Amino acid sequence: MEKILELRELKKHYPILGGVLRREVNSVKALDGVDLDIYRGECLGVVGESGCGKTTAGKTIIRLHDPTSGMVYYYRKDKGPEVRIDIGSKKGSTLKKLGIRGKLQMVFQDPTTSLDPRMLVKHIIAEPIKEQVSLGGRELEHRVVRLLGLVGLTRDHLLRYPHEFSGGQRQRIAVARAIATDPEFIVLDEPTSALDVSVQSQILNLLKSLQETLNLTYLFVTHHLLVVKYMSHRTAVMYLGKIVEIARTEDIFSQSAHPYTHALLSGIPVPDVEHKQRRIVLSGDVPSPVNPPPGCRFHPRCPFTVDRCRDEEPPLEGVEAAHKAACHRKSEVEKLVRDRFGTHAQ
Amino acid sequence: MTTLLETVDLVTNFYTYEGVVKALNKVSLVVDHGSTFGLVGESGCGKSVTARSIMRIVQEPGRIEGGKVIVYLDEKNRQAGVDLLQQSEVYVEGLRGDQISMIFQEPNAALNPTMSIGDQVSESFLFHQKKEMCAKILEDLYALECRVFYPLKKFQQAVYRLAARDPEALALKILDRLPIVRLWRKRLKKEAKRRSIEIVGKLGIPYPEQIVEQYPHNLSGGMKQRIVIAIALACSPILLIADEATSNLDVTIQAQILELLRRLKKEVISSILLITHDLGVVAETCDRVGVMYAGNLVEVADVKDLFIKSLHPYTKALLEAVPKLSMEGTLKSIEGNVPNLVTPPPGCRFHPRCPHAMEICRKEAPDLIEIEGNHTVACHLF
Repeated sequence: MEKILELRELKKHYPILGGVLRREVNSVKALDGVDLDIYRGECLGVVGESGCGKTTAGKTIIRLHDPTSGMVYYYRKDKGPEVRIDIGSKKGSTLKKLGIRGKLQMVFQDPTTSLDPRMLVKHIIAEPIKEQVSLGGRELEHRVVRLLGLVGLTRDHLLRYPHEFSGGQRQRIAVARAIATDPEFIVLDEPTSALDVSVQSQILNLLKSLQETLNLTYLFVTHHLLVVKYMSHRTAVMYLGKIVEIARTEDIFSQSAHPYTHALLSGIPVPDVEHKQRRIVLSGDVPSPVNPPPGCRFHPRCPFTVDRCRDEEPPLEGVEAAHKAACHRKSEVEKLVRDRFGTHAQ
Repeated sequence: MTTLLETVDLVTNFYTYEGVVKALNKVSLVVDHGSTFGLVGESGCGKSVTARSIMRIVQEPGRIEGGKVIVYLDEKNRQAGVDLLQQSEVYVEGLRGDQISMIFQEPNAALNPTMSIGDQVSESFLFHQKKEMCAKILEDLYALECRVFYPLKKFQQAVYRLAARDPEALALKILDRLPIVRLWRKRLKKEAKRRSIEIVGKLGIPYPEQIVEQYPHNLSGGMKQRIVIAIALACSPILLIADEATSNLDVTIQAQILELLRRLKKEVISSILLITHDLGVVAETCDRVGVMYAGNLVEVADVKDLFIKSLHPYTKALLEAVPKLSMEGTLKSIEGNVPNLVTPPPGCRFHPRCPHAMEICRKEAPDLIEIEGNHTVACHLF
């Protein structure tokens, strides 16, 4: 497996300004040291509660945000031999000159707000193409129609405004815009959370088939665990700006090694009446990312806290080769959960 | 089981510039005493409008145009059904938040940002339980440990005796006009606040005494949702309508809230009408489920029957479109989109998306018919 992106100690802090001189008094630690490898052709799911830094991670990777510190390496392959470029520190104009901007794309959460209401569908999809290459009107239109065909729309939809479409169709337009520049990597930021159940499955299937035909790599950001299970090959669980567990999706669901992952999984309401699940109800809310708790960030809510958790921050280490978890008691978690909350009655 | 709430052929329309939106097309459902009824469907299918029609809080330009909403508040007396749509606004106002209450969808919009939490929770006590509270205060005033300046105590006893008999008495209104004298109400407000702290504490919120002094922006989303639930539960309602009570919350917080509702149902409330789009929530909390599509109730069944042997093609498709834990292969999806309710399709409203559509489906709308014990479905296939 070859890498496409590599994050090293990536940090993004949003400043909080205060005082008469509007100086920085504190900061929201949205991303606080994230190490992550993304492999070519995979779909990496990122899950976590709201405010844990999932979206910030996606936006920082494609340089919509400038990272506070840390590196984002992009392995570039299209022109000649593979080269490693640190896109975290390059200027925006340099990235554009190198042609990297078009390779990293994003689909946003709510298609109603991410599409300009005053632009025709034709112009919405043509805009990124025009940024990259200069094409004549007819050829441009030809390409736009081909893109619309890929996402299941037709030529009839060219001369319409976004408000004339339903939610699902709007999200299709947003996907068409994202794939317009032949990207290699797309950040999908909750692409289905604004959609209905019946339309959600349409979009998920569309994204899956596009990944195969266009050979794309996805970073799928969502809070919906069942969607991640359906879509992604590997899954990373985030909590308060850090990755607490990362593994293949099957392993996350069957043998998770972090108490937070266990709690998240047991919290999913399952649409199945015969399936009676154990439930681990965490007390309290997610702490503020302005002053994250010392030691392990999860310790105030963790049912299995020991003294070590309060003082020492656990590193993200391997349980197995492709399974990493940041917990001091990761080897015993499975047993602890079983003793305390009973077994899975699957 | 006895019926608590029954809607009969409820019709609600919205008069917009684009035309008449037929949001509810003869919805008939029954909620029993002591049960949890789930109402599921996609957005725009009329779930929330049903809830609002039951509470009679449909906003302009909507109008309830027909049907009945009958509540049987007394479990014993079957004859005492009241049609809410025929009653006066004052009567329904007395019921709302007292016997029937509602949890609203978006806690940010449901709470007033300029009022403290305590004031917002107290409101429903001050509105519905004035009499009981005055009687309680009167008792306290007569109690031995009440140490108040003697003439003042006498005055307060007199006022509260009057208020306990009739909180709307003319004499009290006159007293309220006089400076200083109007401070007699302070005791009432204090009592309401005491009750608020009690109910907020009951919902598992830590430090309720401090929370009631704070404002909505000080609290997190899950906390706010609990406050909204506290307001709804303030007067121990018989029927609680929960309109997407957990949709905007995170998984772990949602688990907390669902656990809370389950506990409260055992202790305080009698029945819940749970409105949601999440089939998982329904499977875990409800006894009976109604599935709505484009303003129609298409299937009503016990929760087990609905998930195991669903009959209506829409219900089947909906169940197959949800990702599950134990799942292989690709997800099935329902082709097409939810129809526009200004010009709904003729006949069965699901027929343009239905794989089993027949000739008759295009012409005639099917009625809800009972297939087997307590399982009703509106489809020409049966």
